[in-house]
Amino acid sequence: MAILVIFSTFLLALLLSAMPLPDKLLWLQPEWVFMVLIYWCIAVPHRVGVFTGFIVGLCMDLLEGALLGQNALTCSIIAYLSLLLYQRLRNYSTWQQAMMVGILIGINLMIYQWIQNLTTVAADTVAFLLPALASTLLWPWFFIAMRTIRRRFHVR
Amino acid sequence: MQSDFKEAEINPLFVRGPSLGLRLLLSIVLAFVLMFSDYRYQHMDKVRSVLTVAVTPLQWAVDLPTQLWSWGATVFSDRNALLDENAMLKERALLLSSKNQRMAWLIAENIRLRELLNAQDGYDDRFMLGEVIGLDSDAFLHQVLINKGRNDGVYEGQAVVDVLGLVGQVVAVSAFTSRVLLIADTSHAVPVVVNRNGFRAIASGTGSMNSLQLTHVPETADIREGDLLVTSGLGGRFPPGYPVAELNTVEHQPGKPFAKVTARPLAQLERSRYVLLLNPREPTPLPEEGGQKNKATASPAESQPETPDNPEAPLSDQNTSGDNT
Repeated sequence: MAILVIFSTFLLALLLSAMPLPDKLLWLQPEWVFMVLIYWCIAVPHRVGVFTGFIVGLCMDLLEGALLGQNALTCSIIAYLSLLLYQRLRNYSTWQQAMMVGILIGINLMIYQWIQNLTTVAADTVAFLLPALASTLLWPWFFIAMRTIRRRFHVR
Repeated sequence: MQSDFKEAEINPLFVRGPSLGLRLLLSIVLAFVLMFSDYRYQHMDKVRSVLTVAVTPLQWAVDLPTQLWSWGATVFSDRNALLDENAMLKERALLLSSKNQRMAWLIAENIRLRELLNAQDGYDDRFMLGEVIGLDSDAFLHQVLINKGRNDGVYEGQAVVDVLGLVGQVVAVSAFTSRVLLIADTSHAVPVVVNRNGFRAIASGTGSMNSLQLTHVPETADIREGDLLVTSGLGGRFPPGYPVAELNTVEHQPGKPFAKVTARPLAQLERSRYVLLLNPREPTPLPEEGGQKNKATASPAESQPETPDNPEAPLSDQNTSGDNT
């Protein structure tokens, strides 16, 4: 049951991230998958970890047509960092937590851009960090929504 | 916040199993191996296209709201609006068929003339209709996803056009969907000729949906604003004669060897929902997918002759300029 809930939240996040948006809004699209991954890593670190991140990232790569392994790498790193920090993150206040999430996502967007730069063409502005900002701003509400889901379905 | 996770405290406080660092190391190594082989080796395309089948339902699901919306719009649309649309379409069909009247004769004449010149004729382009079902969620990749795949006869490198001009080319194919790289992408370039005088150039993408750049155009080139660029067919990837872009600005930079030339793509890269795939092949399912999908064979290729559009021929000037003005 718990696994089903976690699985479907990831599915939903993947769908949301693949949703077509106007080009301008694309810059502000929160990184849904990263957020869901971070949440589950904080909430149930014994269930969701580095390998989960890897698989989810691979799905992202396939959906986005990115280099195979590009998102898998960033997702594994996100999972690793949030597993390192999960006890601290749990005790943070909401906005502190949101800042931390923003930083985590920012780091990974930078890694992503770095690989992009090596293989094809990357952005010439720092605007690629905007999704991290959007995720930070959205985190408190996202957190509450996910907590409701977790309690409702007794995921532990 | 602490109390939120009370249930979790029953579980051991520290994560067990192979150490966290080891798992990360494994994942990173695996990811790098994947990236490297995907970047360097061609045969990974097959692996990718098989794996993509697993996420194809997701791709369909993403498109579902749009489908529902257009379905709803059809169901609830006003009868009068439909009648109006019908009348308009009939009018347009009439217009097109009247424009088409002399086509057979022109084609025949063109073939005769080409025979006189001992030139090859290549006008029998076939089309397959594809529908855009997904856009790229990465702002730096200009790709779209279409609902035709290997089972419909799509292949890598296939040229894609819409009603107004060249859209791009297929870069990745899976069984049911495929990915089209748009001409606006920074990694894309297409050989073109100026329709007016046959001047050859390369139009490369800039990353912006409404601008292409012509690289290495000499200062003295006969090229001016409003010129129509069509595919030249050089390089063998795109069939010749498809309109690509209209010249926007020609900026002569004193002291530089090349002029800065930008052009506006004619295809509606951001808007078109239906695209045409040129010259589909016979469907070739991957061996491991077996024969049960052969029923899809019937779908593709409503073949029809294509408008003769030869960059050098004066009659194509009439055709294309008539469409564009």
